[in-house]
Amino acid sequence: MSLLDKLDTVAAARKAMLPEGIDVFGMPIEEVYSSTEASVGGRRILFFGTNNYLGLTFAPECLQAAHKAIDSEGTGTTGSRMANGNYIGHRALEQEFADFYHYRSSIVFTTGYQANLAMISGLAGANDVILIDGDSHASIYDGCRLSGAEIIRFRHNDMADMEKRLRRLGERTRSTLIIVEGIYSMLGDQAPLVDIVKIKNSYGSILLLDEAHSLGVLGKTGQGLVEETGLIDGVDFITGTFSKSLGSIGGYCVSNHLQLDQLRYVSRPYIFTASPSPATIASTRAALKLLRDGTKLRSQLWRNARKLYSCLDELGYQLGPEPGPVIATILDSPQQALMLWKGLFDYGIYVNLILPPAAPEGKSLVRCSVSAAHTKEQVDYVGNTFAELRKKHFQIKS
Amino acid sequence: MAHDYNNILQNLCHHLEHFASPGVEIVPESELIDQLAIDSVKLLNLIMEIEDEFDISIPINILADIRTVRDLADLIHKIKSAS
Repeated sequence: MSLLDKLDTVAAARKAMLPEGIDVFGMPIEEVYSSTEASVGGRRILFFGTNNYLGLTFAPECLQAAHKAIDSEGTGTTGSRMANGNYIGHRALEQEFADFYHYRSSIVFTTGYQANLAMISGLAGANDVILIDGDSHASIYDGCRLSGAEIIRFRHNDMADMEKRLRRLGERTRSTLIIVEGIYSMLGDQAPLVDIVKIKNSYGSILLLDEAHSLGVLGKTGQGLVEETGLIDGVDFITGTFSKSLGSIGGYCVSNHLQLDQLRYVSRPYIFTASPSPATIASTRAALKLLRDGTKLRSQLWRNARKLYSCLDELGYQLGPEPGPVIATILDSPQQALMLWKGLFDYGIYVNLILPPAAPEGKSLVRCSVSAAHTKEQVDYVGNTFAELRKKHFQIKS
Repeated sequence: MAHDYNNILQNLCHHLEHFASPGVEIVPESELIDQLAIDSVKLLNLIMEIEDEFDISIPINILADIRTVRDLADLIHKIKSAS
């Protein structure tokens, strides 16, 4: 099969699954009215599929900081952190992340995806082992591949399974990197961090925790699952993203290990890409302050999340295992998921459609992401629409 | 040695029955993707079952060259023999 024929196969599979005239996975947003509303296809829609958990994308402090940075430093750095792309702002944000976690040091990356790529491929190499949760994000799988280390998976959140796989490694556990996530992006459930830390300590391995979906969401000051569980000293490396609770784009890693700084010299995804723009850095710095002081935003977010989760649960939809800002409805087939997604869209609600093989275990998901910026009325409207669609179209297994 | 290998092959075919398309004959020459319709997600889950069955670690990054049932049996045999 030629290179281009392979892409034709992808196009045919996509066409078979998705109806004509709806570009579910590439729908352009024409105008953005606020952190929760926009215009798509000439009509007003409600965002319930963004990862804007704290609703900070239009926070005046972030907008002002970004405007000021553009005016004073321009639109982009046009260079790598290793060359001309290392501005005072990048270093300041790194210090602020380190201070936020009370950790020794931090590195900022251009995207969250690259943060995982850079950290995993920088830490592990050809003779090492990486043990990952089976439901890990693609950036973790890709980072593992780039590292050249041996990749072993354990069953999602199954601690007996994780320990069994570590035990098989024998002495190699000392050169093993374990990777888990604070909140898993597909089903919205949390890692059992207390048990994970106990196990990793008993085997002498290194633990990397990806807080992409839990930063700003969990813990008193929003550090994530480490703060929620009181395990800030139990984790070796924490990675995360700016593109969710911080409302911009970029990634970071924090650690107490002195060796973190050496990653700057060996990690290709850090070296061979342009650094984040001045506006991105400035808005992220402003957002990090709002996130740290955002107790009220977190309370509002969790009120909204619990309300929508319990509403869908009572309606009989099959959901992820626990309430949280990521609320996944699990459908029996891609066709059913598409029908639900389309039904919601027709009522002016934009959520995420996730079809195999993107979702774990070949599941089809309609995933809502809740924000602190959603009003009670907006959450009620989404709940009522799910109720209407269930009555109208579905006999979904409860 | 041959006895061990045959046992591995037999056990592997048993596990494959849960993952392959129903009614498809599973023989050592069967192509995992094209004939048994075992996609990448199914393959990863199959590997976990096989690891438990044989009490071995199979790094998923060495699966790229595995095309047939026999390739997979050879890999299991090699890892099992080395452990």
